[in-house]
Amino acid sequence: MDVQTWTYILVGITFSIYIGIAIWSRAGTTSEFYVAEGAVNPLTNGMATAADWMSAASFLSMAGLISFMGYDGAVYLMGWTGGYVLLALLLAPYLRKFGKFTVPDFIGDRYYSDIARTVAVICALIVSFTYVAGQMRGVGLVFSKFLEVDIFWGVIIGMAIVFFYAVLGGMKGITYTQVAQYCVLIFAFMVPAFFISLQLTGSPIPQIGFGSTLNDGSGMFLLDKLDALHTELGFAEYTSGTKSMQDVFFITVALMVGTAGLPHVIVRFFTVPKVKDARISVGYALVFIAILYTTAPAIAVFSRTNLIETVSEQPYEQMPTWFNTWEETALLNWVDKNEDGIINYAPGSAIVGAPNISYDGLLDINRGANNQVLLLNEPTANKNELYVDRDIMVLANPEIAGLPNWVAALVAAGGLAAALSTAAGLLLVISTSVSHDLIKKQINPSISDKAELLYARIAAGVAVVVAGYFGINPPGFVAQVVAIAFGLAAASFFPAIILGIFYKKMNREGAVAGMIAGLLFTLAYIIFFKILFPELNSPDNWWFGISPEGIGTLGMIVNLLVSLAIGMIYPEPPEEVQEMVESIRYPK
Amino acid sequence: MEERDLKGYWKKNLRYLGILLLVWFTVSYGFGILLAPTLNEIRFSGFKLGFWFAQQGSIYVFVILIFVYVYLMNKLDKEFGVSEEDV
Repeated sequence: MDVQTWTYILVGITFSIYIGIAIWSRAGTTSEFYVAEGAVNPLTNGMATAADWMSAASFLSMAGLISFMGYDGAVYLMGWTGGYVLLALLLAPYLRKFGKFTVPDFIGDRYYSDIARTVAVICALIVSFTYVAGQMRGVGLVFSKFLEVDIFWGVIIGMAIVFFYAVLGGMKGITYTQVAQYCVLIFAFMVPAFFISLQLTGSPIPQIGFGSTLNDGSGMFLLDKLDALHTELGFAEYTSGTKSMQDVFFITVALMVGTAGLPHVIVRFFTVPKVKDARISVGYALVFIAILYTTAPAIAVFSRTNLIETVSEQPYEQMPTWFNTWEETALLNWVDKNEDGIINYAPGSAIVGAPNISYDGLLDINRGANNQVLLLNEPTANKNELYVDRDIMVLANPEIAGLPNWVAALVAAGGLAAALSTAAGLLLVISTSVSHDLIKKQINPSISDKAELLYARIAAGVAVVVAGYFGINPPGFVAQVVAIAFGLAAASFFPAIILGIFYKKMNREGAVAGMIAGLLFTLAYIIFFKILFPELNSPDNWWFGISPEGIGTLGMIVNLLVSLAIGMIYPEPPEEVQEMVESIRYPK
Repeated sequence: MEERDLKGYWKKNLRYLGILLLVWFTVSYGFGILLAPTLNEIRFSGFKLGFWFAQQGSIYVFVILIFVYVYLMNKLDKEFGVSEEDV
């Protein structure tokens, strides 16, 4: 059977499972809808958290990104796992003891202020919407690449599925669907990794394989080989990287702290019965996440080596068939600058902009002297002739390694599981923010539970449609929004929550001023370099050499300093708030 | 419940946090970033050690840290009589 048939079968089966779970776990009350009645088993919650957390970006893009960044890829690996230590030690147990539904709930109650609550709601909405648009886009991409469905219809199908189980089941439906989605995505990620590791190094465990010797009898370590290939082609050594040390440091802090401050992750720890469960549940979550995150750098090394060995300095005519397939999707392209028929791979971009295939009429692709796909793009002046899209490293891995068709189909199903599970978690945060934090807490406190649940469902429905719209018509800066989401979470929520728990005397004036200052500072820096003046976005112009990706760290420090300074001017929080802070510090 | 007990519990909790976060910082930011160029001189099978800490080792340590924390806190909860099981 071909890849497409396999994909239809596997995607069909997994989608039926998700729908089945949704019907089985319908939510009847707001407590079920918001936090699954706080009755989720910690192990189940750990698995659901892992699926919630690992998005289309983790599954499809991260290994590819790392393979082009080498050592620098550590910012993602450490940044997106180290935050769980902060969650376990500094946030989850205390927020669980507090025992309400949302992060704005905590901010609003702890800082006895509806302004604080509203600022928190706004942050939650910005963070969640920027993040969810990327997920719907991921769903559309997988559909279009594997099933030859238009991105438009791919997004619509994805929307329909998420709508069904998120609107019907709320947190309860999402939790159990995420468990199924975790199983699908981790299986899909690991199977190709095992095979490729075995092929390349003789060791089936990728984490060990990429530190082993090559299977070709040379006795050379894989990483040494890759470093040598890099040096030969003029790249920086794979194991050294190119970013400055302070930038690596700041980006890692921003991603870690941002992770610990993301509302859709925090809210998962409201769903377990006890404080004790919240602690262990973070541990389980990180175990499930670490399986993928320790495998990704191995895949990065395998696919980087495979790619260079297959294409570099080889005649185009000898390329395997997958090369041509990916050429036609504009993810892998060759421009024969010196017209020697050989693929020269070197540092720098081969073409100006993203590849734009040259068509003769509507469907016929214009081909060059070697039958390669021709592009409309201007070639650049450097020696490099190869354009490689980062996402291809995971998508094309099974083909490059010559694995059976069902493995490629599995990757498609896994990518969908990763995108849908994260989208659902984010949609829930959006719907809860509207129905609970805005309507119930501020506009109409006397609303009945039934009516509130209805509003929650309507809000989730509207959010699905908005997310779908952004998935189909992504704003130009969609690739940059991850930096925004993490930077904002780091600069707004994290300091406010930490001070709220560990500094009893912190008052509302300090917290609100700090959140606003951190938020504006971070937003301004990112918008300046990413949207207004992208041409200035280089280390010479950055403050202290910190890139927009890492600026959330400085935003967090601004938030802390402003909070403490303003907090000193105003009176201490009321007695009952200080007692509440005392009470969340111990489990019983 | 006596006030003194809870203060002691919180103090001990903060001490655990301090020690665990010190390890967290040392392994990731220390070994993985600041000291990575130096540690890269040392080999660990096919890995340069700094590279290994940055892309593998720190993640393993993160997992261990959380489980150590859970163990310590469960013991502390019992010791100070604030465990949710002593209802």
